[in-house]
Amino acid sequence: MIRPGRMFKQLVSSFFKKPATLNYPAERSGMPEGFRGKLKFTPDKCIGCLMCMRDCPTGAIKIKKIAEKQFECEIDLGKCIYCAQCVDSCPKKALEITQEFELAKLDRKKLTVVFNAENKGEAR
Amino acid sequence: MHNSQDVQVPFGPQHPALKEPESFLVTLRGEKITASSVKIGYNHRGIEKACEERTYIQDLYLIERICGICSHSHATAFSQAVEEIAGLEVPKRALYIRSLIGELERVHSHLLWLGVAGHEIGFDTLLMYTWRDREVVMDILSLLTGNRVNYGMNTIGGVRRDITPAQAKEVLKAVDTLEERTKYYIKIATQETTIIDRLSGVGVLSKKDAISLGAVGPTARASGVARDVRKDDPYAAYGELDFKVITTNTCDVYGRTVVRVLELMESYKMIRQILKDIPEGAITVRAPRKIPAGEAASRYEAPRGEDFHYVRSNGTEKPDRVKVRAPTLANVQAVSKMLEDRYLADMPIVIAAIDPCFSCTDRSIVIKNSGTRNSKTVPWEVLHVQSIEWYKEHKGIDFSALNKKYAKHFKI
Ligand code: SF4
Ligand code: SF4
Repeated sequence: MIRPGRMFKQLVSSFFKKPATLNYPAERSGMPEGFRGKLKFTPDKCIGCLMCMRDCPTGAIKIKKIAEKQFECEIDLGKCIYCAQCVDSCPKKALEITQEFELAKLDRKKLTVVFNAENKGEAR
Repeated sequence: MHNSQDVQVPFGPQHPALKEPESFLVTLRGEKITASSVKIGYNHRGIEKACEERTYIQDLYLIERICGICSHSHATAFSQAVEEIAGLEVPKRALYIRSLIGELERVHSHLLWLGVAGHEIGFDTLLMYTWRDREVVMDILSLLTGNRVNYGMNTIGGVRRDITPAQAKEVLKAVDTLEERTKYYIKIATQETTIIDRLSGVGVLSKKDAISLGAVGPTARASGVARDVRKDDPYAAYGELDFKVITTNTCDVYGRTVVRVLELMESYKMIRQILKDIPEGAITVRAPRKIPAGEAASRYEAPRGEDFHYVRSNGTEKPDRVKVRAPTLANVQAVSKMLEDRYLADMPIVIAAIDPCFSCTDRSIVIKNSGTRNSKTVPWEVLHVQSIEWYKEHKGIDFSALNKKYAKHFKI
């Protein structure tokens, strides 16, 4: 059956509905659980095995030894592709993903963040 | 040789109407296209070579980024090849999850295409609606995998994330919504006169041409070629799933639209079946870091058609060679055929109808014997003799008598 103007009813009904989009950033939809956002590193758990660095596809993560059995982690958020392979590779669960996704910076240097005893994922 | 009325129009590589850099050379007589050719290679990223420099695990994420739309297709095809070389038995549950994500990906790709097709023919309302509905499946994908695109679901030897019962429920709810919307689009596609008139008889590719040009995916199926890797060479869980290969015999853009919307219904059916039948168990087997030497080819039915990967390993952590043949490369040959004797105004929708992805396809190209005449290398001495002969014949300039005379004088 051929029916011209097949979409007309739908169009009229949409006219009275509220918009399908959100007025971001005032309104937010929230990220699903398990969303792969910015990484989090817990220095106490790390044993310095460097498996995360070995598997990272982009070379975004660096683990440095700062003292005996103490490690700090430096992540280049500009290089990171948020694949969470490092999280899978870490045998001690020292790395986790968070739902934080608004990571743009005006200064390129601020994209390199450091996790250690004092610094919790801020630029140095 | 060209007729004097023919005008050659180059499109691209930078052109406002094109979404990716590619170049078309169209020969026009009036409004009619008499010949056309596609030149690709402007988006070549050297991914295959880069894969040789990285480990298998790192390659997965690179391969996934060949295409933003069918990322799961490429990652799965690559994993399958590596698993075959390493002789890994991937757990059933992982295979089902791969198929589930694959079908969700097909749903989002086909809805995206429907919108793009609507846009190309000036039916932007369809674009708005399909893309709004596509958000439903994007949300589901990000719920299951952690991202809207580049899902990162595959790993060598299985998948990285399991599906919880709560997530399965969400998927089923979303599939119900999508199915209802798709039924509406099927009605639109098959009853709305403007769409039927606009797309029927446009971009015709006969069954014979589809076979001889090696078309794949919905492009081939709309020309009546029942070609689908999921049926022909089942991978993941497809051997156990119940679905039909949708074909039509209209051979035009209208047929390609119908094939895609009907395939959506098959995908919903498969998703429901997967969630019902998914076996319990592990989602990965341990894969070695070093893959033993060997080679394997793997095929995958991406939303745009057959995706082909070849991997050769040499016993190290890194592959020796990776080769990708994305579906667009198989279909792009058919575009020139489809455009023959059509109007210039049909060009956008005919190109859009193969659902092209040029960056997936792009490779560096060496053009040999370009142009219409056969070229050959002529050595200098041959040219020397030829030039003398040519002047003798055409201009009557001949030095041989003079040469003889001088030869007598100088006794050469
Ligand atoms: S998330 Fe991926 S890209 Fe980012 S640091 Fe971890 S492994 Fe590297
Ligand atoms: S893999 Fe984990 S434990 Fe090993 S160096 Fe990286 S963060 Fe530390």
